[in-house]
Amino acid sequence: MLKSPAKILQLAVTLIACAFLLVPTLQSVLAGVTVNYFQGVKSGLTLKWIWEVWDLYSSSIFLSIWLAFCCLICTLLIGVPAAYALARNPGRMSRVLEEFISLPLAVPGLALALALLQVYGSVQGFRVHWSFILVGHVLYTMPFMVRSVLSVMAAIDLKTLEEGAASLGAPAWRRFIDIAVPNAMPGVLAGSLTVVTLSIGEFNLTWMLHTPFLKTLPVGLADSYASMRLEIASAYTLVFFIMIVPLLMAMQWASARAQRILK
Amino acid sequence: MSSRTFVALCFLPLAIFTLAFLALPLVRLILASGEGEAGWAIYLEILQKPRYLSTLIQTVVISVLVTIAALAVSTTAGLFLVRNRFPGRGVLLSILTLPLAFPGVVVGFMIILLGGRQGLINQITPGHVVFAYSAFGLFLGYLYFSIPRVLLTVMAAAEKIDPALEEAALTLGASPYRIVCDVLLPALMPAMIAAGAIAFATAMGAFGTAFTLATNIDVLPMVIYTEFTLSANIAMASALSVILGLVTWAMLLIARSFAGGTVAAGG
Repeated sequence: MLKSPAKILQLAVTLIACAFLLVPTLQSVLAGVTVNYFQGVKSGLTLKWIWEVWDLYSSSIFLSIWLAFCCLICTLLIGVPAAYALARNPGRMSRVLEEFISLPLAVPGLALALALLQVYGSVQGFRVHWSFILVGHVLYTMPFMVRSVLSVMAAIDLKTLEEGAASLGAPAWRRFIDIAVPNAMPGVLAGSLTVVTLSIGEFNLTWMLHTPFLKTLPVGLADSYASMRLEIASAYTLVFFIMIVPLLMAMQWASARAQRILK
Repeated sequence: MSSRTFVALCFLPLAIFTLAFLALPLVRLILASGEGEAGWAIYLEILQKPRYLSTLIQTVVISVLVTIAALAVSTTAGLFLVRNRFPGRGVLLSILTLPLAFPGVVVGFMIILLGGRQGLINQITPGHVVFAYSAFGLFLGYLYFSIPRVLLTVMAAAEKIDPALEEAALTLGASPYRIVCDVLLPALMPAMIAAGAIAFATAMGAFGTAFTLATNIDVLPMVIYTEFTLSANIAMASALSVILGLVTWAMLLIARSFAGGTVAAGG
């Protein structure tokens, strides 16, 4: 494999990049279970910091899980029918609509949050309710759900399948539930995992929309980085890794599976 | 109910949601930028006041540097991983795409662990080496989340290049250097432009990482944040947001026209 100097250089760059990404991650894992990080591992290993994180931040962890769950329900209820409508009417208008709902991918979360705050920030009951953060999360994750489902629906021969069902007398809503959705399942799954992963990790919008009583996991992380000792910040990051890494892997698996259908 | 009505009904919930929580707020944001003392001349003011202009330039410079570095690293690593099969390849690929799910704040913390006061570099080198809170630390943070995004786009394109092209060049006596310059890079160019545009847009708008690291550096998202929260200068915060949004949106349009599909922005 390593026949030429060029290959060795390529391998070196790859390994350095891997080290750059991995070393701080491992440091964070290690620091989260070390008694005193400044003295190093020889001070002993402990789960004390993890428990402390649980005491301090468990409410933020549960809020994030709850928000991710609600966000998934919303994107499923709104996004899947919309993707179906876009797939049924391919054309210029659908392209423009798809482009418009994809704006939250392009416009930074900070700007979106400022925009939301200026319209709804003065609506008292809404501003301090968790559903305000949920709106931000749904806004940000919706394009992923719509695109993921739409790409599968556009690839299968939806028209012929539906004509078959229609000739057997199935009404429009039955064709959607019995034909379109089951056939688009790989896209729905990939979209769902993406939505949950992104919602749990969302910071840019959430930081602007949150209130002191509504801290999500990443907001709590920012808080711990600013005000807690390194061991607690690391232990909290470790908890986040344990939640997000399996989700990321499942998401990549589901996306690769949906991609295979497109080919 | 006719089929046409049903399809229209299917789109209705998204239409209402998008109108209420995307279209209306964005229009409000644009209008709010013109409601300050300066009116619409606020956009001129951004270019005239040194504080805002230097912020803009600084943000663009850092983003350009990050884009170049991420392209260089990820194209090299991506080509290597596509062209070679070896034990451990999957592990390397997993490591390189791991940060995709990290929020910007976590990326910032990773850089603090590397270059902060208690960081690895400060511990293993003699003397006092702390760079996490400098422009270099910010550059490393942006590079951290850009590498996986660029890598995925470049690898997807590299997998589609026919190996026969390289073999043909080899039999014609081309050196490895000429193969890279004359065969691989031209074939990868659209993907590299797309990936570069994504990396640039993500770096321009990165708030979480800047929030953790840029305590002393003025980058655009941080200035927007301080204008809004500390100075309560809503018109200026809105105007800067509009500019930032337009730049990142234009970048991603470029990316999509060169290669379909975008990798999640954020950071």
